[in-house]
Amino acid sequence: MSKPVLCLVEVDHGEIAATSQRALAVARSLARADPARADLARAGLASAGLASADLASADLARADPASARLPAVGGLTAVVFGPPGDSADRTAADLACQGVTELCLVASDELTCYAPVAWARAIEQLIAARSAAAVVAPATDRGAEVLAHLGALTGLPVAANCVAAAATGDQNWRLRRHRWAGSLLEDAVLAAPVALLTVAADAVADDGSALLPVAVADDAVADDGAGPEPAIAAPDASGQVFAPVSGGATIPAADVPVTTFAPALQAADLRVRATQSAGQGGGMSLATARVVVGGGRGVGGPDGFAALEELAGLLGGVVGVSRVVTSQGWRPHRQQVGQTGTKISPELYLACGISGAIQHMAGCQSAKHIVAVNTDPDAPIMSRAEYAVIGDLNEVIPALVAAIRAAGGQG
Amino acid sequence: MTETPDRASAVIIGAGIVGNSLAYHLARLGWTQLVLLDKGPMPNPGGSTGHASNFIFPIEYSKMMMELTRDSTEQYKELGVFTRSGGIEVARTDARMQELRRRCTQAKSWGIPAEFLSPAGVRKLVPYLDDSVILGGAYFPTVGVVDSLRAGTLMRERAQQLDALTVVAGAEVLGIDKTADGRVAGVRTSKGDIATDVVAICCGVWSPRVARMAGARIPLTPIVHQMISVGPIALFDGTEGEIGYPIVRDVDENMYERQHGGDMEVGSYAHRPIIVAPDDIPSIDEAVLSPTEMPFTSDDFDPQLERALELMPDLLGDERAGVRYAINGLISMTPDGHPVLGETPEVPGLWSVAASWIKEGPGIGRAVAEWMSGVTPEVDIHEADICRFYPHQRTTAHVTARAREAFNKMYGIVHPSEQWQSGRPVRVSPVYQQERDLGAVFHETAGWERPMWYQHNRDLLDRYAGKLMDRGSEWESRWWSPIINAEHLAMRDRAALFDLSAFAILDITGPGALHAVQRVAVAQMQVPVGKVVYTSFLDDAGGIRADLTIMRLGPRHFRVVTGGATGMADLKWISDHLPDDGSAAVTDVTSAWTTFGLWGPKAREILRHLTDDDIANAAFPFGTCREIEAEGMTVLASRISYVGELGFELYLPIEQGRRLWEALFSAGLAYGMVPAGIGVYGTTGRLEKGYRAYGAELDAQYNLVEAGMTRPKVKEQDFVGKAGYLRQRAAPPAAILCTLTVDDHASASGELRYMLGGEPVLSAAGEPLTDAKGRRSYVTSAGSGPSVGKHLLLAYLPPQQALAGTPLLVEYLGEQYPVTVAVAGSTPLFDPANERVRS
Amino acid sequence: MDILVLVKRVPMVGGTMVLTADGQDVDTRMSGFTVSPHEECAVEEAVQVTERLGGTVTVLTLGPPEAADQLRDMLALGAHRGVLLETDGREWGPVATAAAIAAAIGELAPAAFPLILAGNEAADTGGYQVGIRLAHALGRPCVTGVKRLEIAGDMLRAWREYGGGQEEFELALPAVVSVKEGINLPRYPSLPGRLRAKRAQIEVRKPAWQPDGLRKIALRVPAGSAQRARVLGQGAGAVPELIRVLGDIGVLAPGGRADTDGIVA
Repeated sequence: MSKPVLCLVEVDHGEIAATSQRALAVARSLARADPARADLARAGLASAGLASADLASADLARADPASARLPAVGGLTAVVFGPPGDSADRTAADLACQGVTELCLVASDELTCYAPVAWARAIEQLIAARSAAAVVAPATDRGAEVLAHLGALTGLPVAANCVAAAATGDQNWRLRRHRWAGSLLEDAVLAAPVALLTVAADAVADDGSALLPVAVADDAVADDGAGPEPAIAAPDASGQVFAPVSGGATIPAADVPVTTFAPALQAADLRVRATQSAGQGGGMSLATARVVVGGGRGVGGPDGFAALEELAGLLGGVVGVSRVVTSQGWRPHRQQVGQTGTKISPELYLACGISGAIQHMAGCQSAKHIVAVNTDPDAPIMSRAEYAVIGDLNEVIPALVAAIRAAGGQG
Repeated sequence: MTETPDRASAVIIGAGIVGNSLAYHLARLGWTQLVLLDKGPMPNPGGSTGHASNFIFPIEYSKMMMELTRDSTEQYKELGVFTRSGGIEVARTDARMQELRRRCTQAKSWGIPAEFLSPAGVRKLVPYLDDSVILGGAYFPTVGVVDSLRAGTLMRERAQQLDALTVVAGAEVLGIDKTADGRVAGVRTSKGDIATDVVAICCGVWSPRVARMAGARIPLTPIVHQMISVGPIALFDGTEGEIGYPIVRDVDENMYERQHGGDMEVGSYAHRPIIVAPDDIPSIDEAVLSPTEMPFTSDDFDPQLERALELMPDLLGDERAGVRYAINGLISMTPDGHPVLGETPEVPGLWSVAASWIKEGPGIGRAVAEWMSGVTPEVDIHEADICRFYPHQRTTAHVTARAREAFNKMYGIVHPSEQWQSGRPVRVSPVYQQERDLGAVFHETAGWERPMWYQHNRDLLDRYAGKLMDRGSEWESRWWSPIINAEHLAMRDRAALFDLSAFAILDITGPGALHAVQRVAVAQMQVPVGKVVYTSFLDDAGGIRADLTIMRLGPRHFRVVTGGATGMADLKWISDHLPDDGSAAVTDVTSAWTTFGLWGPKAREILRHLTDDDIANAAFPFGTCREIEAEGMTVLASRISYVGELGFELYLPIEQGRRLWEALFSAGLAYGMVPAGIGVYGTTGRLEKGYRAYGAELDAQYNLVEAGMTRPKVKEQDFVGKAGYLRQRAAPPAAILCTLTVDDHASASGELRYMLGGEPVLSAAGEPLTDAKGRRSYVTSAGSGPSVGKHLLLAYLPPQQALAGTPLLVEYLGEQYPVTVAVAGSTPLFDPANERVRS
Repeated sequence: MDILVLVKRVPMVGGTMVLTADGQDVDTRMSGFTVSPHEECAVEEAVQVTERLGGTVTVLTLGPPEAADQLRDMLALGAHRGVLLETDGREWGPVATAAAIAAAIGELAPAAFPLILAGNEAADTGGYQVGIRLAHALGRPCVTGVKRLEIAGDMLRAWREYGGGQEEFELALPAVVSVKEGINLPRYPSLPGRLRAKRAQIEVRKPAWQPDGLRKIALRVPAGSAQRARVLGQGAGAVPELIRVLGDIGVLAPGGRADTDGIVA
């Protein structure tokens, strides 16, 4: 009997959140889908532009003689909090495309709103119920929080911000994770009866190279000492891993059974609960905006943002800023893009007068296209951006606004 | 983005204040196709210019530094980026009060406005300063702040307007290529390669790293200077512009406080010296702020906070004002505190323009641009010449040791004779141990340990009691001893033995040797073998470039003997002027030869004990040299003297030096010969004889006519600076070098004070003397004249004052002392007929 | 109210990271150190609370002896007491860290800290766990990611961002709250503040290191793309080309109207 991997999935208005899709990718590679299925999956996944993680893991599982000794990990259960609803079937269908083998809906009368400890308690019980090998969650506010509570409840370690993972032995896991919000990668060994992982919420910054070998000599938790470490591949480095899935990919989906799970909760588990408050809905979220016009030190002062706001308006987007802008008090912190601000994933990030410090780039590495406007042709952002205009933003942006308005006027 | 040109007349690396200024001045002087590179972005590529506190105090003890600062200030003003604020150095101690008086006095020598203030006077200008913690202050009203980044941008733009300059930002230098014969051939950069014959390294703290790519060494080290910015300061709210109050230098605490808009910048040189190797400077990408704004180490600064709060308690103690910016800023330090300028001795075509402060940047840019263009710089920058360093002085260990030692003296009270403690001894003579046994007190020159005087001679003090002109004040007796004067008198009475091993000795040989020396020397060098010629070298404009003696040892062999301090620069000068056809070569043989001086009425008799050769005056007259056999060794003896006595310079292989020294010593015993130090050789002996010293009386700003060193005839052969020299001779001198005697040493408090040099010479009415070229009269050298019983001063005076017997005043530490012109021109005060040297 | 704030010493980093030769750590020879930005805000929040309600702020860190510098930095911002759980420089995982802090709090008199503040996650490891694990160890409620905090009596209300809106939590003290940058704008240290910090005594304890289940093998800098941006032109002259690129990307949809009110998140 193989042990499934549980993956916490956040569903928003029937859509699987992008961050959860990334979590699913890692969970899937961890679940080591049956090698026999890999061939089947290959055609579909590859044709959908899906990454190599599953395939590589599957190939690995077949090629690696050590895999015979590996624990039987198999099956991928998506855990979604909330009562069954009209959209469950659609979600199940979507999840099937992600290699999920079970959709487990967690619901109980007490769970009327988000309660982090209660969620963790539910998953703790689900681990037992399913004999789960691992729990994976997106490193979102909720995902990270729930897994941390789960770690505390179970006494298990949690590996945060993973980008790749593989089982390498009994209670042993190899993984690669972000440090410094993705500016560094760490290859690590996790020793735990159940692996608890969060998956970096950004587009994955990993080059898919082999995990570094363990230095056996001082390796207190070395698993099997079986020679070279298995090379596992992560979801590919393009950052475009699973985004296409929701767009009606024609992947042959197996039927995904939808189950429900009602946790047994104590009052203490519900001590902390979220109550939705006002303010939701009206505007556009920086995190989800399709266009972000970014402003940095080069804007020069609080007055310089009017032009950026105007441009953002024309492009159907919002303004984001770098940390220096908020620490100078030029703009409110809620507009900050970066490691300690908001992480964005727009179609276009137009970075104006932003040099591209690590802290900032950590927040915009999921942007599909980055265009930089900067006086300095050698600012770090130039090696992250796809296009650049060399020049003073205070000259370029008004000209761009005028040009867009003119074009709009003609149209 | 600008395309990187593939060819350039010169590539300037580094777009800080120095590189921009150099580019501009080169363009102004007619250079075209210049390229200015920086690995960082414009206008602030991330070097020290970008974080400089940007203020300029005009006062310097070094004339060169003062003049570079003065020129820079003028340039900043012309660019419209200078804001005058005034500046005050405050004293917390009595010693500092004297030092501030000395600075005000020095300011008068240079024509810099300065005023001594009471604590209340300081407070009037700086109302937020607690005047109870200070004893007084020196106010320099012409202090100001500049926008150095803006200045750089403007200079760059001007060069571009002249269509002379391409600026390439973001181009990191990867290598410097050389031709087969070692000249600069090009620069390889991350944005393409540029072929060029001339590369100027204006890279500040990175300069050593860039120079090394070409195999050259630039001796400087990056070192941390801490600075914080505190604000918002309520008092500064609404201040017009950047600065409204004078900058305060709390010199006793090695700190400064300078308004910068709404903030107060507090800088410190008080912390432990923090040296950063050039290779350890982070890249632009790695740096949090900029590569030269390193992370602040608050432990190092914390002790200074209390000092700053003491001085400005309310302003800096405001809980609402925060430390908004704090850096360990990198600056450059050199072994002697001076910039490192000029073509590197290792790589022709590779120029160093490094180790400049903001206050000298434009002046340095101009001077080096002139130099690179073959025009003699207006400011004499020989003290900044990269050639001044001996190999050991360019080692990392030496550079960092000296930087460490000098760092906390940035605002220190540094005596004119101050000695370094670190990195010694390096160069010692073959009789170093003997000298130590004699109680030699060593001063260092060019790495050489030279005895200044010998404690062993202290029994002479009794013998010459009453004639020693002993100094009562601690300041003037520091690094000095009355034993010097006693040794002097013993020499004049009998004889003295000097160790002159620090001389630099350069041999010029080959078929073209005569031509080579003729080309650089003012004096006629077509002289018989065995002749010793005392001569000057001039620069292209006719300014004095060197002062030395040349012996003709053979038809194709000349030997130059020059001071240790200038030896390397003289070597480069000679080398640069050798015939192109390779017919002459110059070799530094300093380390092969040791030199002793034996002078005094008994010198010949003493030497006779060691030799059977005829050394009588008839056979071996003054101004000649010859080999003699002495104590079973071959010795090159030269009848010449810098102390005005009969005697010899004796040269022999260094390993034989000890034998000669000991033989002379035992022979001299019977005659009462004493060992004597450089105190006699360099000061008392020469001043009594009115002998000029390079770097004191002699520099590029005074000429041979003014120095009274012309010869009756000008030689027919061409030589460097001849045209200028002829012009100088044709016009009446604007100033005449005179010997002055101090008439009364008593200060207001009754203590006898003795000038040390640098003091302004005033009219009897107390007005500064200024010559027709606008140069103020100041004391170029000062010292005892034990044989004439007077304290002697040399000074250039306008012709109307340059008359023997003219009463004048000299200002010293804020007080005025009567002096009299004893001699105008080069006639010696002692033995005016020069009978002794010729006896 | 006496508040305990947890901070962590992390290197200051610029635009790229440099690792030590063995790949085990960030090369900090030339870098400075700071506390994670969220934590600086936590300290500021604590200081503001005590300025309003009275009480003291204790900052605690687990780190090498040099981490005392960061405690002093926080004391200079207005914290009153610094506690260092001194390590030998080894990296501590979140399980062991939380356990050590919990133990220390027991010794520091737990009742004295009705509120414990932490940063949401450390800048370097990003673990997101210490506050939560500590809350469990102390049997306290915990809320994370907080960008607004109100304290009334023995209740606190906290808000955090969620899905373009906010979610609100209300819990009873004593509690553990981890905050995010943006909750306030931290002040700069005053000179008197620095001096107080310099003179302050740092309390040092030495907990024993424990393995944490997660073991680092090595770090590396992700293979950066060698790409350089394609330069569309200089200044305003580049606008036509820029328009074309925006069109290709598909953000110039005709008639696309934006909500110019900006964002609410």
